[in-house]
Amino acid sequence: MLQFILRRTVGALVTLFLIGAATFFLFVAAPSDYASLACGKDCSPQRLEDIRQALGLNLPIAQQFWDFMSGIFMGRDFPTGHCSAPCLGQSFYSGDMVWNTIMDRFPTTLTLTAGGAVVFLVVGVGAGMISAYKRGSMLDKFATGTSMVLSSFQIYFLGPIVLWIFVYSTGWMDNPQYTPITQDPWGWFTGMLLPTLVMASIFTAQYTRMARSSMIEQLAEEHVRTARAKGMSRKYVFYRYAWRGALIPIVTVLGIDLSSMLGGAVVTELTFSLQGIGRLAVDGAIHKDLPMTMGVMLFGAFFILIFNILTDIAYAWIDPRVRLS
Amino acid sequence: MSENLTLPAPQGTTGTSAENLLEVKGLTKHFPIYGGFPIRRKVGAVQAVDGVDLTVGVAESVGLVGESGCGKSTTGRLITRLLEPTAGTITYAGQDITHASRRQLAPVRSEIQMIFQDPYSSLNPRQTVGSIIKSPMEVNGIEPEGGREKKVRELLELVGLNPEHYNRFPHEFSGGQRQRIGVARALALNPKLIVADEPVSALDVSIQAQVVNLLKEVQKELGIAFLFIAHDLAVVRHFSQRVAVMYLGKVVEVGDRESIYNGPRHPYTHALLSAVPEVSAEEDAGRERIRLSGDVPSPIHPPSGCRFRTRCWKAQDKCATEEPPLVQLSGNRDGHLTACHFPEDPTTQRDEDVVLDPALRSLEESASED
Amino acid sequence: MTTLTKTEDAPAPTGPESFLSVRDLKVQFSTEDGIVKAVDGLSFDVERGKTLGIVGESGSGKSVTNLTILGLHNPRSSTVDGEIVLDGKELVTATERELEQLRGNKMAMIFQDPLTALSPFYTVGRQLSEPYMKHRGASKKEARDRAIQMLEKVGIPQPKVRFDDYPHQFSGGMRQRAMIAMALMCDPDLLIADEPTTALDVTVQAQILDLLKDLQQEFGSAIIFITHDLGVISHMADDLLVMYAGRAVERGSVREVLHDPRHPYTWGLLSSMPRLDSDIDQQLTPIPGSPPSLLNPPSGCPFHPRCAFRDEVPGTLCTDVRPPLGEGRSTACHLTPEQKQTIFIDKIQPRLR
Repeated sequence: MLQFILRRTVGALVTLFLIGAATFFLFVAAPSDYASLACGKDCSPQRLEDIRQALGLNLPIAQQFWDFMSGIFMGRDFPTGHCSAPCLGQSFYSGDMVWNTIMDRFPTTLTLTAGGAVVFLVVGVGAGMISAYKRGSMLDKFATGTSMVLSSFQIYFLGPIVLWIFVYSTGWMDNPQYTPITQDPWGWFTGMLLPTLVMASIFTAQYTRMARSSMIEQLAEEHVRTARAKGMSRKYVFYRYAWRGALIPIVTVLGIDLSSMLGGAVVTELTFSLQGIGRLAVDGAIHKDLPMTMGVMLFGAFFILIFNILTDIAYAWIDPRVRLS
Repeated sequence: MSENLTLPAPQGTTGTSAENLLEVKGLTKHFPIYGGFPIRRKVGAVQAVDGVDLTVGVAESVGLVGESGCGKSTTGRLITRLLEPTAGTITYAGQDITHASRRQLAPVRSEIQMIFQDPYSSLNPRQTVGSIIKSPMEVNGIEPEGGREKKVRELLELVGLNPEHYNRFPHEFSGGQRQRIGVARALALNPKLIVADEPVSALDVSIQAQVVNLLKEVQKELGIAFLFIAHDLAVVRHFSQRVAVMYLGKVVEVGDRESIYNGPRHPYTHALLSAVPEVSAEEDAGRERIRLSGDVPSPIHPPSGCRFRTRCWKAQDKCATEEPPLVQLSGNRDGHLTACHFPEDPTTQRDEDVVLDPALRSLEESASED
Repeated sequence: MTTLTKTEDAPAPTGPESFLSVRDLKVQFSTEDGIVKAVDGLSFDVERGKTLGIVGESGSGKSVTNLTILGLHNPRSSTVDGEIVLDGKELVTATERELEQLRGNKMAMIFQDPLTALSPFYTVGRQLSEPYMKHRGASKKEARDRAIQMLEKVGIPQPKVRFDDYPHQFSGGMRQRAMIAMALMCDPDLLIADEPTTALDVTVQAQILDLLKDLQQEFGSAIIFITHDLGVISHMADDLLVMYAGRAVERGSVREVLHDPRHPYTWGLLSSMPRLDSDIDQQLTPIPGSPPSLLNPPSGCPFHPRCAFRDEVPGTLCTDVRPPLGEGRSTACHLTPEQKQTIFIDKIQPRLR
């Protein structure tokens, strides 16, 4: 197991490096560059050269890349000050250290992700399982129908409706915003409630459908029938035998969903005007802000790789065939 | 066992047929296993097929029997070149095709055809029966007299299907009929050799006989040589003039049907034959009863020397150190070769049961004490 | 079945002799295409300590019958009619809770493919222990001891170590042994084995079949042995029931049915089966056509579209009237006993040499 994790970590680091390289060189190869954008309309060659020099864009591309990558591990110095490891560079646009900006924004995204996950795991998977257990009942029909409708919605459609109902027309709630939980727990909760619920509701619908179908699939497995043939009760078989197998597809999708959300819940953040990682990524791309884009990219990729490894560990925990082979 | 003089296998007498269509020598297929840290490397190999010698004469039917994991299917796939051999040679009609390239193989491909076990998954569900049977002709650019469609209709009729079914899809047919479609497809190019991999084992008994009879007819009427791969010894006996018995990647015994079924010498052949449950007229009168213990060992770490020794009641030290060659034992007919240091008598009768299974032995001992 | 008698119209065997008695069982599934009559009016008895073989091809209803006995059919999509009496207890009308008490305890089942029939998620030991703890109220320790004892009995080497292994760490034959051990944990009176050796190699099959026979001697269970393989059944069963299209078409002792068969379908099965001791030049005689769809079974005798002897029956009897199967040694066929005898001796027996 330890060897497995070690091997996967090495693999993840290599992948991160490759992602960094790909992003960097794609960005450089793009037809527009930040310097001429910052230089503005009446740009003199001298001014352009100054900007390029200030941003380090005058250096050879390989040098720029090396500076960036080595900065992650060793930190680096900018004219405006030192950037300690892990240094993801200095934003061209704002002049802030990228790492600090990301850390600033991350709690918002983390709240959305974690809060959403609690809701869609408890409500979504729960409803799916009950649906499968009472297949064909009114409850099942209700859950299936609701999730069908909900999962065909989009956040940018549902979001404004919810905002209109709860904020603009009735004034029951304030406009969503992030307040640090350490500062004002209640403010944190109420500020993030609407976006989290809207995002979670759509995921909930998907998880309900997935949990239901994989549970039904598992209940049809032969080993489940064997357990019933031994005289184990329906309930026991449901929770001990079928549930284990149904976890595998859920864990797979959960890993993908969580990692992509942590890398930025773009649509939710934009819909509710929240300042999260997703917003940062979009802004970075719009402003041709190379360090910011690189930083957010690597940050997101990091989560994808971490959750990849975690998912595999979860497989091993669920299924002894994985663990013992 | 001193009376068992062993003679080396004389060249050219391994087949009853004077002319060998297919000759396989030392055929080997090892599937590598990768693992290790930090750099993944080959850590072992599944020795699926390990030095198989086999010949198939023109228009001859050879049966290849053995239990799962013995390498019989892999052998079939190597011969049809669906897999690349690790070592050994495959000679077809005097031409070495062991590592022949796609282009070199092209003329041979049409002469060697394969019939698969599963009539459900080996036919493309989105193609009509007509286009399934026609496609080998298209791929090989063959334009039979009267056109391809006419040929397909003739083939359908030949395998006992209605030529009108040309435009139907596979799902409209039953399992037995689908296997007939598979046979028709194999016949489309007028092959000289058909490798049939468990062609009837997925079918119900009553349907099985239909397909076996069809294959027999095809073999006789069209003079096609068959390599008939199956685990069912009774079906193979019915179909093949010569039979090779495989165990853990090796041929342990090969010979004419009469010798293998009535005068087997290898202990494994004895065990295999005695294990076949039979509807016999008299309560298994005089038939030997051999019950091995355990299952077939893993082909990743096969036993040294004779691979059957771990389950053999006659095994001695020699069996572990020395691999028995596949040779003609004294008293055996020409072409009846056995790979065993301590062969059995050529009979299927035995006075005393051989029961190696510990559970059976203890249950039977306690039962006889009562 | 000692209650089998030579006359076809003997009264139904009742009383304590038949330990399991199935009467006029009908199982229907509703599917999108219509109603499937998986089992259509099946009656049989099994006596304590004896083995009843049920032979049939795929779709003959043999497996459905036995899942229904255990009450493991899907209650939502299927309807069950008729009577199943196990040791005086009516099972068709029994509640789920009552059935749970019987399953794995008084009646147990061995499935075809031990790889899929055992859960990959739990150790073999745990899966063996569960029914013993549930039905006998045994402690974990007691169940473990019992499981190890049973594993040893069925020939698993080092049972104490293998107790903690997972099914995928067992070989195919060992897995089926573990499955048998699991079925025998609570010393059941009735054991249903559904093609228990079909997934196994022939040498392993021989070991497992003999093991089952020897264990039956020791445990005294009645066995219902389901298979498509006439060779296997001749080795295992005392009595035999031949099923076709959801109905029983012939019954009798194994000797009677396999060596003196009287139904055209049984004749067809026997003459289409290659044997090791048959005359090598003897052609196989397949049954023409293929098994009927149970959505729309043929009228009258379900076998009539494939039957080579329906011309011997006067009129439209075969296509219009369903032939009944009597009690005891009997066949569901419109041919007269004399015709059956003559046809068998003149036409069928020569094929079986």
